[in-house]
This record gives sequence, C-alpha cells and structure tokens, in this order.
Amino acid sequence: MKILKVLLVIFFLFSYSSVNADDQDELNKITKNLRCLVCQGQSVYDSDSEFAISLKTLVKQKLNEGLSEYQIYNYLKIKYGEWILYDPELNKNTIVLWLLPILIFLIGGAIIFKNFFLKNK
Amino acid sequence: MKKKLLPFFVVIIFGIVFIVFYKGLEDTNIYTPDLNVQKDIPIFNSKDFYSEKVLKSSDIFELDKTYLLNIWSSWCVPCRQEHHLLMILKENDKIDIIGLNYKDNKKNAVKFLQELGNPYEKIFIDLDGTKAIEWGAYGVPESFLIYNNEIIKKYIGPLNEDLISEIKYLIK
Amino acid sequence: MIYSTIGYYSLFLGLFVSLLIVFFSVKNFQNSKIISANILSFTFLQFFLVVISFLCLIISFVFSDFSNEIVFNNSHSTKPLFYKIAGTWGNHEGSLLLWLFVLTFFIFIFILKTKNQPIKYKLLTLIFQQIIIIGFFFFLIKTSNPFNHLYPTPSEGLGLNPILQDPALAIHPPILYLGYVGSSIIFSSALAATSLNLVSKTWASHIKRWILISWFFLTIGILLGSIWAYYELGWGGFWFWDPVENVSLMPWLALTTLLHCILVLERKSILSSWVIILSIATFTLSMCGTFLVRSGILNSVHTFANDPERGLFILIFLFILIFLSLFIFFFFHKNEKKTSHSFSWLSKETSILVNNWFMMYFLSVVLIGTVYPIFLDVMISKKISVGPPFYNKLIIPFLIPFLLMMAIGPRLKWNISKLQDEKYLISLLVISIILAYLILKNFNQSILINTVLVSSAFYLFFISLRDFFVKNKNISQNIAHFGFSLLILSILFNNLFSSETITNLKVGETFENSDTKIVFENVNQKQEKNYKSIIANFTIYNSNGDKDKLSPELRIYNQPIIVTSEADIKTTIMKDKFIVFNLVQNQDFFNVRYQVKPFMLWIWLSVILISIGGFLSILKRRL
Repeated sequence: MKILKVLLVIFFLFSYSSVNADDQDELNKITKNLRCLVCQGQSVYDSDSEFAISLKTLVKQKLNEGLSEYQIYNYLKIKYGEWILYDPELNKNTIVLWLLPILIFLIGGAIIFKNFFLKNK
Repeated sequence: MKKKLLPFFVVIIFGIVFIVFYKGLEDTNIYTPDLNVQKDIPIFNSKDFYSEKVLKSSDIFELDKTYLLNIWSSWCVPCRQEHHLLMILKENDKIDIIGLNYKDNKKNAVKFLQELGNPYEKIFIDLDGTKAIEWGAYGVPESFLIYNNEIIKKYIGPLNEDLISEIKYLIK
Repeated sequence: MIYSTIGYYSLFLGLFVSLLIVFFSVKNFQNSKIISANILSFTFLQFFLVVISFLCLIISFVFSDFSNEIVFNNSHSTKPLFYKIAGTWGNHEGSLLLWLFVLTFFIFIFILKTKNQPIKYKLLTLIFQQIIIIGFFFFLIKTSNPFNHLYPTPSEGLGLNPILQDPALAIHPPILYLGYVGSSIIFSSALAATSLNLVSKTWASHIKRWILISWFFLTIGILLGSIWAYYELGWGGFWFWDPVENVSLMPWLALTTLLHCILVLERKSILSSWVIILSIATFTLSMCGTFLVRSGILNSVHTFANDPERGLFILIFLFILIFLSLFIFFFFHKNEKKTSHSFSWLSKETSILVNNWFMMYFLSVVLIGTVYPIFLDVMISKKISVGPPFYNKLIIPFLIPFLLMMAIGPRLKWNISKLQDEKYLISLLVISIILAYLILKNFNQSILINTVLVSSAFYLFFISLRDFFVKNKNISQNIAHFGFSLLILSILFNNLFSSETITNLKVGETFENSDTKIVFENVNQKQEKNYKSIIANFTIYNSNGDKDKLSPELRIYNQPIIVTSEADIKTTIMKDKFIVFNLVQNQDFFNVRYQVKPFMLWIWLSVILISIGGFLSILKRRL
C-alpha cells in the first residue's frame, strides 16, 4: 500500500510539474498535441504540410496575443472538434478512458493479493 | 456460485465488444465535419485582393444573404478543375460567390483568373493560411455555404456537378 | 498468366487438404498409438501448396504480369527487382498468403519435430491450427483473391507507394509475421493442452521454445518497423503510438508476460491459468490487430485498402476463435490445487506475479487507448483522438516501480523471502540516484519525475551489469534485462537532450545561433528512373568546431504523383544528426529542420541486445 501512495504522489507531481518554458518550447508543446488533419497519423509539430505550417503560424500568433495553452486548444476545438487534440481532455466522455486502466490495475492487484497472499481456509 | 458467474460475465463483455466493432464497421472512416463545430462565421480582418485595402468580415458578409465562400489558389490543381462550375454558379443571382485566395502569389492568381474567369463578387487574401484556419478549413480547395452569417454546409475538396446541384437546391 | 492459375488452384487444393487433415486427425484420435504417416504427409503437402501459391505470386511480380490485378495495383516495370519481390507481401492479398505460409510452416515443423509428447495432444494441436488455416483459406479465396485477372492486360502497373521502397520495410512483414502469426502455434497447442488437461511442467518445457521463437521474431519485427519509420518518414521519431504500431505492441506485451510465466510453470506447477489465458490472448490480439488495421475501422498510416466486407469476415472469424477458446478454458481447465500456504512476500514467485500485474496494466493502457475512440464513436457519435500524451501519462509513472522490480526480481529465491547482497543493492541505488541527479542538473533538466525515472533505469542498468560478473547461471535473462535498461536509458536521454532548429532559408543563406551554424550551399536537380530528385547541400558547423555535410532530398514521383521528403541522417555512436527540407508554397525559400538526436543508435542496439538474450535462451535448450 505504501508503494501505491508513493506512486500516486509521483503521478500527481508529474501532472503538475511546471517547466520554465520559453516561447518556442511552448509552441512545440502545443503543436505536438495537435493532430495534422490532412495527414495520416502525424502531429502538427511533425508535419510539413500546408495545413500544419498554417496552424503553427496561427498558434504562434495566438501565443503572442497572450492566449494560454488551454485557450488555444478550446479555440481549435470549436473549429475542428475534439479530434484535433491528441491528449484527450478529462471530461464526461473520456472519464472511462482515463480511469479504466487504473481501475484494472487496482482490481488486478486486489485479485492477485487475495488469491496468492491470503491463507486459504 | 462465483465460479459460474465469471464465465457468464466474460462472455457478455465479449458480446458487447463484438457488437461495438460490428457497428463500427458500418461507419465510414472519412472524417466528416462534426455537428458540434462552429456554425457562426468567424469575425476577421483581411485585405482585399485587388485594392489591398483592409476589409472587415462585416464588409464582406451581410445578414440575410446567401454566399458561397470558395478557398482557392493558382497552384492548386483541383481548383482548376472545379472553377468552371463556379463560373456557372455565378449566373445564379440568389447567391454571391466570395473568394479566399490562399497562400498565393498575386501575379499568378491574377493570371489564373484571367485564364479561367472570375466568378467572385469579392476576393480577400490569406497569405499565411491562418484565415482559412479561422474558418475551420483543412486546405484548398474548400467551399462554405453561408446564410445569415451562419455556415450551412462545408465542402471539403473540389466541387463537382452533384454538389453544385445540391447547392442550387439548398439556396431555393 | 499460367502462374496465376496454378497459384489460384493451389489455394483450393490447400483448403481441400486442410479438410483431409482434420478428417484423418479425428480418425487417428481414437486409435492413438502413433500418428499415421499420411497425416504428416498431408501437413507437408498443405505447406507445399501454399509455397507454390506464394511463389506463383512472386513470379507474377518479378515478371510484371499486369494481368494479375494485385501486380497491376502494386507494381511497376521500372521498379528494382528487390522491391518487386517485396511488393508481393506489401499488399493486403499477398500479405494474407504470407499469413498462410507461416501458419502452415509452423504446424508442419511442430508435427515433425515434436517428440515425447502425447499423440492426442499433437493431433488436437493440429486440428486447432487447421481451424485457423481453413478460416484463412476461405478469407483469401472469398474476399481477397491474389489471383484476379484483368481483361485486357494493362501495359503498365500503378506502382507501389514510394515510401514503401525501403529495405527495412521490405523485410519487416515477413519477420513480424514469423512473430505474431507464429503465436498461432502457441494458441493451438495451449487449447489442445487444456482440453487434455496436460498443462504441466513437461508441457511448459516443450512449448517454451516456440514461445521464444515467436517472441524473438516479434521483437525484431517491431524494431524494423521503428527503424523504417525513423529513417524514412522524415519526422525524426520512431514511435508514435499510432494504432498500427500499438497493434504489434500488444501481442508483444502478452507474449513477454507469457514468456515469464512459462519459465515459472516449467519449474513449479503454478500460474497455469495465466499461461493458458496469455497463450490465447497473444494470438487473439494478433488477429484483433489484423482486424483493426485492415477493416477501415481505424484511422492511421497504413497502406492496405480498407474494406468493410473483409473487416466483417475477420471480425466474425476472430470472435469464433475467442468464444471457442473461452469455452475450452472454462469447461476444461481445472485449477491446480491451491498451495497450502500463501506466497512469501519477497520471493521469486511474487516478483513474477508483480511483473504480470504491471504488464497487464501496460497492455490494458495500449488496448484501451487504441479501441476507445471506436467505442465512443459508435455509442455517442463523437470522434476523439488518443495520442502520445495519453500513453506517456499513464505508462511513465508505472515504469518506475517496474524497473526497480526488474532489478530485484531475478535475485530473489523460490519459496522464501530472502534477499542477498543487500549492501550492493542499496549502494547501487544510491549511486544511481546521485548519477541521475548530476547528469540532469548539468544539462538543466532537473524535474523530479525525470530524476526518478533515470535513477530507476540506472539502477536496473547497474544491477544487471554487475550480474554479468557475479557467477550467474542465467546469461540470457541478464542480457535481456540489461538490454531493456539500456533501451529505457537511451529513450530517456534521447528525449531529454534532443535539440531542434527550424528555419527558412534561401539558397546560399546561413542560419546561426549559439550552438550551430547552418549553411545552405546549393541545390542540385536530377532526373531518376521514376522520380525527379532535388538535393539540397548543407554544411553544419557545430560549437566544438567540426562540421558535417548533409544532403536531404525531395523526390517528386510520377507514378503515382507523390512528393516525398528524404531526410539525411548522419549516425554516430553518440548521436544522430538529422536534417529535412521542404518546399514552401509560392516562396523562394525552403523550410529547413535540423535536429540533433543523442543515442539513437543505442535505442536500436538495445533492442537487438534484448533479442539476443531471447535467442540465447532458444539455443540453451539444445545443450
């Protein structure tokens, strides 16, 4: 159980660790999370298609205007739908997606514990 | 009792998975624009193609009118192929065709229009592609049917005769 | 054209022979002192017929027989010979012939080489494998015929996608299929063993070699795919959590877990349920992967034409196999008698269980991430993407305890909680943490999660390294685990210390910043056989004084019309230098992207090392 607590702490630290990024890093971070919609399975960061290049320019503009990462994602979601984001946001549609593996981990652990580590009657 | 429940439970789960995959097959995998995406036209500034004056979106699009916004470029091969259909649609006075010249060189674009004709009431330019993204476009060619400052339908790729007929039908 | 006919009818004959095999096997089942000779002959005949069919297709490609629809769609007379041959399996129908090849080959070798196993077991394995083979024969003949005729014969083919003309990609399918189609034999034999209640230590020893062989090829196959993606696709990455990649990773995860479980079952009579379920799961995941990738249900980078009719066939076939397996498992499998006492906390058995636990978690992450979009789309018509951020967030935190357990696990003892060499274990841990911290601090990357990750990877690295010098009976395991630690370290350092410069340059211009100077020297144009080539010459000056000359290329193909960007990569032992350039629409400058990627070579080498560990284990049995 202690292991689990440590794991959880690390997990949350990871999610909230703030990195001191400069603009290019921020741009890269955002464009890595955007799907190139005219490519087959590439991010906007990786792609050199017209669409990707335009989108990189646009994201740079929006960053210069002062928008946050989250606001830019929202802006693009309105135009293109959630499909453009590679990181599925945690909402009522994706809660199963994020929690099911964790649930499996916990349940799996419990079953193993019960079957192999508790003395039989 | 638990022993008997488990197989039953597992079979049910696989049954559900089967049904989902089966239904998933019937769906086409071409991404069609979501109904949840924006319906209002974007508010933007741009430059007029010929005069290079600054234009506001409200200068171009008026309420209670029907427009077809067509994104085009001189270097875009399918744009050439759909262009004559736009010339035909121009004759219809129920709709105005607006052009968005995308990432283009002015000389080449002017030549393109001289060669194939100009169906556009107004043309504005997008040098870096960001205006097209404001519209939620994927690339070129792409066309938007607009009424009352709302996007009625988006056509990705070149127009063809069927789509023109559809447009004509919708604008009645 | 005659080859098409021969190839086509060979398939029918092969199917007929399958039915014969099943018939005679069932007959032999009742009187099972020896396997009747004709069964072995028929198994060989079946394999032989598939080989003939396959050869006919290859010949059609080599001689550019465009009356064959597949050759027409996928080949071109100007294509080099090597790629003409590779084109045979670079398409949907041809790759299914490859499936049949591996299926029939493996069962033939199995029947031929398996001694000291009960006859009934061999026959039943044969029967189960035939079920799979028959399914594939039907699939091929009914929906994916490789020998369709075109009238009139076209004069030229449509050409293979130029991105596929690459040596790594050409041999990637055969190697990969030896891996995951090869797991069919594990599937069939596990079902046979379960039905006959033979899952035991002796069976485990026997099946272990098949598991190792399948695992070895699957590992190399995945490696080849990544190498291809890195060198050919031009974005400098080697893994994108794309559905097609995930689909090959999932059987690998199941197979690796199975491998660990079979090593336990071989010594002690436990974990038999795990072994059976994993044997079923590996092949099921392979089939499931085939379904996901060829049916059109998923969006991804893939060459095979998507066809819902084929998808439906595979789906139904897949679920028949699943329900069959479930039935056999629940009906026939009797759990071994529970041990009278529970496992000790710090014993080898526990470490294997923990390994299983974590591996199944990783498997579920990949599986759920890959298929969830389908579920969401079907149920509420919403399309979402699940990409690298998802997988990274869910996998990386769990890697830390996983790496630590990997270091400690092999040194635990059976049955009892005992840990030797505690002094070494603790001191190496401290060294790992300090080393990790110093490295990251030096390069300004001190984030807690990175330090912990790198420390864990170092720990496994040092522990397994030390184990080479300690009197150790298990070299192959050590090499594999050491290779894995090297893999994680290489990936981590590659991720942390890669740098990239993107700029727009005209010919003759120079870009300069504090680390690098990029000089765009000139461009050359050349006309090749089936494409026009534009080569850009760059000279890169590094901060330590030396310079590199790199020449990326743009290729404009004519059949079909595609523009591809070929990166120029300079690989050295410590880092790769990677450059691509692209046309910018309507401008006179080019977009140039230059990356420095440390330790790329080590990523490939470490996977090879892992495979060597497995390979040595195969050889071990012969001694």
